[in-house]
Amino acid sequence: MKVEMTVNGEKKVFEADPSDTLLDVLRRNGYLSVKKGCDTGTCGVCTVLMDGVPVLSCIVLAGKAHGHEITTVEGIENEMREFAEKLAQEGADQCGYCSPGLVVMVYALKKMYSNPTEEEIKKFLIGNLCRCSGYQGQMRAIKRFLGVGE
Amino acid sequence: MRIKNYVRPHTLEEAYRIISENERAVVLGGGSFLRLSFKEIDTVVDLQDVGIDFIEEKEDAVDIGSMVTLGELERSDVLRKLYRGYIPKFVGIIWSVQLRNIATVGGTIFPKWGFSDFITGLLALNVDVHLYKSGRMKLEDFLKTKIGKDILVKISIKKEERETSFQFLRNSLYDFSLLNLSLSCKKGRDFKLAVGARPGVAKPAEKTVEFLNSVDEPLKHLKEATEILLSEIEFGDDFRASGEYRKHLAEVLFKRALEEVLSHEG
Amino acid sequence: MQWIPGPNEGDKEIPGGGGMKEVKKSVPKVDSIGLILGKPAYTDDLAPKDSLVVKVLRSPHAFARIRNIDVSKALKIPGIECVLTYRDFPRIPITRAGQGFPEPSPWDKFVLDEYVRYVGDEVAVVAGKDERIVERALESIEVDYEVLEPVLDFEKAEGHPSIIHPEEDIEGLYDPKRNLAAYYEMSVGDVEEELKKCDVVVKERFYTQAQAHVMMEPHSVFSYLDLQGRLVIVTSTQVPFHVRRIVARALDIPIKKIRVIKPRIGGGFGGKQAIHGEIFTAAVTLKTGKPAKYVYTRKEVFEATYTRHPMRIDVTLGANKDGTLKVIDMEVLSDTGAYGEHSLTTLMVSGSKTLPLYNKVKAVRFRGKVVYTNHVPAGAFRGYGAVQGNFALESAMDILAEKLGMDPVEIRKKNMIKEGETSPIFKIMGEGREGVEMVIKSCKLEECIERGKKIFKWDEKFKKRRRNGNRVRGVGMAIAMQGSGIAKIDMASAVIKLNDDGSFNLLVGATDLGTGSDTILAQIAAEALGVSVKDIIPYSSDTDLTPFDKGAYASSTTYVSGNAVKLAAEKMKKLIVEEGAKKLGVDVEEVVFDGKAVKAKDGKSSITLKELATILYYTENQKQLVASASYVPDEAPPPYIASFAEVEVDEETGKVDLIEYVTVVDCGTPINPNLVRVQVEGATVQGIGMALFEDVKYDKRGRLLTNNMMFYKIPSRMDFGKITVDIVESYEPTGPFGAKSVAEVPTDTPPAAIANAIYNAVGVRIKELPITPEKVFRALKMKSEKISSES
Repeated sequence: MKVEMTVNGEKKVFEADPSDTLLDVLRRNGYLSVKKGCDTGTCGVCTVLMDGVPVLSCIVLAGKAHGHEITTVEGIENEMREFAEKLAQEGADQCGYCSPGLVVMVYALKKMYSNPTEEEIKKFLIGNLCRCSGYQGQMRAIKRFLGVGE
Repeated sequence: MRIKNYVRPHTLEEAYRIISENERAVVLGGGSFLRLSFKEIDTVVDLQDVGIDFIEEKEDAVDIGSMVTLGELERSDVLRKLYRGYIPKFVGIIWSVQLRNIATVGGTIFPKWGFSDFITGLLALNVDVHLYKSGRMKLEDFLKTKIGKDILVKISIKKEERETSFQFLRNSLYDFSLLNLSLSCKKGRDFKLAVGARPGVAKPAEKTVEFLNSVDEPLKHLKEATEILLSEIEFGDDFRASGEYRKHLAEVLFKRALEEVLSHEG
Repeated sequence: MQWIPGPNEGDKEIPGGGGMKEVKKSVPKVDSIGLILGKPAYTDDLAPKDSLVVKVLRSPHAFARIRNIDVSKALKIPGIECVLTYRDFPRIPITRAGQGFPEPSPWDKFVLDEYVRYVGDEVAVVAGKDERIVERALESIEVDYEVLEPVLDFEKAEGHPSIIHPEEDIEGLYDPKRNLAAYYEMSVGDVEEELKKCDVVVKERFYTQAQAHVMMEPHSVFSYLDLQGRLVIVTSTQVPFHVRRIVARALDIPIKKIRVIKPRIGGGFGGKQAIHGEIFTAAVTLKTGKPAKYVYTRKEVFEATYTRHPMRIDVTLGANKDGTLKVIDMEVLSDTGAYGEHSLTTLMVSGSKTLPLYNKVKAVRFRGKVVYTNHVPAGAFRGYGAVQGNFALESAMDILAEKLGMDPVEIRKKNMIKEGETSPIFKIMGEGREGVEMVIKSCKLEECIERGKKIFKWDEKFKKRRRNGNRVRGVGMAIAMQGSGIAKIDMASAVIKLNDDGSFNLLVGATDLGTGSDTILAQIAAEALGVSVKDIIPYSSDTDLTPFDKGAYASSTTYVSGNAVKLAAEKMKKLIVEEGAKKLGVDVEEVVFDGKAVKAKDGKSSITLKELATILYYTENQKQLVASASYVPDEAPPPYIASFAEVEVDEETGKVDLIEYVTVVDCGTPINPNLVRVQVEGATVQGIGMALFEDVKYDKRGRLLTNNMMFYKIPSRMDFGKITVDIVESYEPTGPFGAKSVAEVPTDTPPAAIANAIYNAVGVRIKELPITPEKVFRALKMKSEKISSES
């Protein structure tokens, strides 16, 4: 079947099988920042924005995404380069596999909330697991990026 | 998981026709737990275009279409003002932000998942479900009734003055609950109580409620109320916890819930 | 795969440390921005689009023999190009463990066998056009299994009537007829005699669970034939050179016909220190001539890769009433699952990297057995036996401290190893064989403890349990050591070549799993050469283009690979000085190289590195300056750590909240303080996961219940409180610029520190990991029942 969606501002038409997830379709069509980690909607590395809200692309069926707006990290590079730099300065980007999903979430966090506390940030990001860094360096970078205090 | 066909009807009528004519057609809510129940699906019926994604505040109730996502519930101004924000609060502890933006009210209630915190939380309120074929019924009755091919259209949450408490225990916070419990009352009367993730689906504790409603100072009768609760609810083992531990948790969470709702008094 | 360094943020000055310019500097990783913004770099991103999809049919039974397997239906499906069963492979026993040759693990695995030994064991390999077709093909394969009785309790495995490895043509198993993969024992002094003389004896039994690595990137590999008909394998691995050798052996092809490349990988932690899908894609590529790719599903990662070895550990401690520890006796039973990868070595590390902590005892004994069961095979996992041993030993030390009425910190300070000391265990226990004598040249364990106590406010918090209704707080601590590489066994090497602009290519076999080794090795090279780290371009882990390195395990990269890099850089510096002197027409003794130019000491002439390099390429005396060096360590100097945990226990539910965790590490010179800090934080959280949350669970038939991330819980952001990491610098004279390792040691302490804290809070000692709310509740219940029955 054909699914139409706007990805990072560009109108796209993709071939898809009804079993395909949004993740399958995006990766097959070159959006390699979106990653496959767990197949059960738990790890968060497949996070993209759908109509501006973060979702797990490994769970959203391709058909469901038809007619919607999708944002991946490729589409928000300019806005999030500063965050990437802060993450790098902390050394918190270890294997990097969870990073793009985290970038999308931090982008959404910035848009949706102003002045979150550390607890609120943790809660917002609970669905973005990281096995390398222990989360601390990520939090340091996020707080510096959002400009929220200790 | 293999799906042969994906369809997106424009009306409820069309949607119902598809699932009643095709034995192996399945309604798609958010699809978050599709993988858990099905390996092969003939046709998946996506309801996103049939117009049941509204939150409508009425005089005496709030109607929520079944295609509203848990994330929308969490961010809803209407619901934040209801029951001191009880609903956004317990919805907010379910899994993750990303998942809540996919999981729908219908997709979470209709399958009667045992692990559901959402169903337990709703049982503290007077909630009716509206099914396309089977009509309107209390959430409690829906849980007890075997429903055939049908579509959950919306839920109606009664607006009233209730003190509420939602209790749960998890080891990791990012997990299913080992047990959950919801309790509410109107100034020490008219209790509602349910226990879920037992690991079975939430069950109203009717006898316990009857007892609580019959006494003047429920906290003074905690021991007796607890005995009734533990005898009327079944607890089972799974790899997360034993039934015996769940039973003990029910005792603790019940006490905490009762203390919480009665502390709001006066 | 050409490696291009990302835009370097180091344009602004980053303060270096203590006279060193490029080390002790928190340089951002060279590949940061690209990876964070999602540029394609991982195995699945790079696989050719027309790769055949490879999948494996896996056993539904924990133990069975294949009576017959019929793949005819699968072969008929259009789009299926290749179906392989055990009949299609040469029968050559191997180990999949990524270790140096000859591997100290049993050769008990055939690529495919007629026996399947765990639920998930490989039965057949299918390759086809796309995933859906291949899945259909898998389902069409008909297998007639003779189901055998599985061995699912490791405490009953030895001598069980079901013999898991009845084959005749395997090697290196200790006693397969009794399901024993390995056995080891050693002793110093007379344990029984010394125990009789002790005032206090503690004897306890502990259990640690199987833990899953849950690295974010599932195991992935693709292979293809290059223009010369050589097999190229691109794989997410920690051990590219071992992969090359083992694939060559398993498929009976020459090593020179294989090239293994490691791209960026999404984590390993030991879970990729072995062969996984490489043999299968290689076999498919060789058979069909086409590129083939195999990306594991997360379910396969749980069910069909590795776990940590679950262990049962009996510890006996004997001491005098003044707190002097006289005897340690440790006996271990380890479950290696269906195959024996890493079995002997993890068993030995559970003793060799714990017992020397208390090196002054009069008698010490270590005995251990590793049994086969029909569980998921156990393998390497960060800590590698030391976590398990540390949980037992450090819990027992607290029990001893209480019996003696001593502060847990004081009893450790009194007995722990110090700089300048040694332990007989270093010589006796090595990597699956005898070890190497070692005198500790750097140890700041005492300072780590003092610093940790201060930051944590130990004295204040230990004095009293703080109660808030039903919630009680308590504190506990633990110390640990690990190693830095494997003495006399590990080898690493490096090649440096000079480019015409004065930059250098640094070629290392060393494997960066995301740890940042490319970056810190560049820092070491820069420091040794006296140039800026921005002028070093690292490229790693390509068996054709980079020299040998044993791979990323045993905490070896900074110390072993780092030393090789330092040696190569020093050689390069010498070459530059020689060529510069020649160019200036001056004696070699009369010039210096200051990182930017070769200058005559009399100040009369100089030439910049860039000018010199260009001339050497094109104009005069032309040559390519290249330097190479290898390094084999003579010893494995341990890093040390002291960790303090504060917990709050809900007495009603048994739920334990980790409120604060302070951990102070001595890893010698921290080459990159930020990366050290993040390594410690990450390892700590994995240890916290093992202490409180993670549990691999099976059903009665041996099927994995926790086979996805919904059911198997690694710590989330909200599952623990404040973690503070501090570094106490020592200087290890044998390490590159004084550095030791840091990667594993922080994983070792959380289980004991947390168990000790729980005991101090509510008086129950949990001796079985993970410490779940239910276990605490049951222990509290038993304790109060005991009290009421006694009163």
